Amino acid sequence: MLNQLTISELTARLAKREVSARQAMQACLDRIQRVDGRLHAFLSHDAADALAQADAADKAIAAGTTHAQQPLLGVPVALKDVIAVKNHPLNCGSKILGRFVSPYDATVVEKLRAAGAVVFGRLNMDEFAMGSSTENSAFGLTKNPWDMSRIPGGSSGGSAAAVAADECIAALGSDTGGSIRQPASLCGCVGLKPTYGRVSRYGLVAFASSLDQIGPFTKDVRDAATLLRVISGQDPHDSTSVPQAVPDYGAKLDGNIKGLRLGLPKEYMVGGLDPEVKAAVDAAVKQLQSLGATVEEISLPHTDYGVSVYYIIATAEASANLARFDGIRYGARVDGADPAELYSKTRGAGFGAEVKRRIILGTYVLSSGYYDAYYLRAQKVRTLIRNDFLKAFEQVDAIVTPTAPTAAFKIGEKSDDPLQMYLSDIFTISCNLAGICGVSVPCGFTRSPKLPIGLQFLGQPFGEETMLRLAHAYEQSTGWHREKPPLA
Amino acid sequence: MSEARFDVKYVAHLARLALTPEEEKKLAAQLGNILGHIEQLKQLDVSNVEPTAHAVPMVNVTRPDRVRPSLPHEAALRNAPAQANGLFMVPRIVE
Repeated sequence: MLNQLTISELTARLAKREVSARQAMQACLDRIQRVDGRLHAFLSHDAADALAQADAADKAIAAGTTHAQQPLLGVPVALKDVIAVKNHPLNCGSKILGRFVSPYDATVVEKLRAAGAVVFGRLNMDEFAMGSSTENSAFGLTKNPWDMSRIPGGSSGGSAAAVAADECIAALGSDTGGSIRQPASLCGCVGLKPTYGRVSRYGLVAFASSLDQIGPFTKDVRDAATLLRVISGQDPHDSTSVPQAVPDYGAKLDGNIKGLRLGLPKEYMVGGLDPEVKAAVDAAVKQLQSLGATVEEISLPHTDYGVSVYYIIATAEASANLARFDGIRYGARVDGADPAELYSKTRGAGFGAEVKRRIILGTYVLSSGYYDAYYLRAQKVRTLIRNDFLKAFEQVDAIVTPTAPTAAFKIGEKSDDPLQMYLSDIFTISCNLAGICGVSVPCGFTRSPKLPIGLQFLGQPFGEETMLRLAHAYEQSTGWHREKPPLA
Repeated sequence: MSEARFDVKYVAHLARLALTPEEEKKLAAQLGNILGHIEQLKQLDVSNVEPTAHAVPMVNVTRPDRVRPSLPHEAALRNAPAQANGLFMVPRIVE
């Protein structure tokens, strides 16, 4: 079935004219029709628009355009509902945007189009990317394709579920504290957060501007490399995007990792780590050693402070970024006698519980009298966390950890306990604070029920090439990524 | 931990965020709990540490100051909840 293919498999068959882009797109649409009523990964999709793009790709292929020129020509790629696509709805999983329609394409969307991709669909997410389970969407939750009584992770739960369930070939999501890697881990696909500044954020609705990055969800590591190469690069519309050259990330995926040095942080293998997750990660580390990598224990001493620092900095930035949703220029509005009342009522009616919680916390830590005690102190501890990583990277080429402390949890299990939900992000959060890159790849399953477990590689700033080499060599030496969820 | 000094009503006012009495009560309890956890940061000595605002290896990014095309008027107004005469409509601000 065409919807199950990877980018490399599909483009090879498109190039040989064995299949058409229309057939591939239609296969995804059929799959959505069959399973998404139960899964709810998509908030919406425009089938006619997707098929028209696929037809245009088929014409280009017929006219002689190659995948060397356009690496994603004819490949259906779906998007998290936080990335702007011109003339398509954008809601960020929130009621407050009303019937918002994007007036322009995000830079990543322009890049996908330039690479020939068929860009389609709006994938479900926690409201404004705030959450770890996709239960905070104003439009209903997404289920985990491996077990419909469980969450797919979050905030990019729709992206992870759609890729794992073969409703698309690949997807994009965004990662502020683990929102790509954690759902990829819980749904059993590959999810990559690029180094801060690698990918333009123009057209990504801002949650925490110093932490947000867009990244790929794919069925294998090679596809993640392909997609990353397409979306990376400096953008005049985003002053935090960097001028570093974009390497051909796929070129060095040859399985040879002999002599690469891996660090295993001792602080990550303790505490609330599920025994089955620990066993899977231990086995993966052995596997990496057998492939020729050396593994040594390292220390990231400020790990335990990551969640606290994150929930100060991310909420502070969010409280400022979300001030724009005031009912004046776009989105839903609740009228009031004066502008202040209009703002307050609009925001009270439009935002969900988690977003309100974070706005209040973020406003508080920035407020007069508390700024130094919370926000400034958190920024200083952020320096310590970043220094932990920079020091570790003097010693090792990459770091290997579990992606999440447990496999997918039950729907409703943590929704009444925000602190417990926040603590489930402990292994992914520091990566964003330090501004480094990370990728999650499947590394096994729990026994009963059978749920995916993810292995996280953390790479040096702009160290995606080496990180991907390691992840690819590991993946290709196992068969975990080829397992499919029991979803008929 | 119940934080007496954490005044949800006041912070909600700063954030221009209308909350119901039930929301205020729930938020006060939950945020007290979260702030209790965050207190752990006070264990660290940060007196000689510079703050990190972001991790971009760049400073003072500038661009040429040239006029470029921007969003057309109609596109900017397209999502407005209320508009008239090519303008956003807002409640009366001055008497």
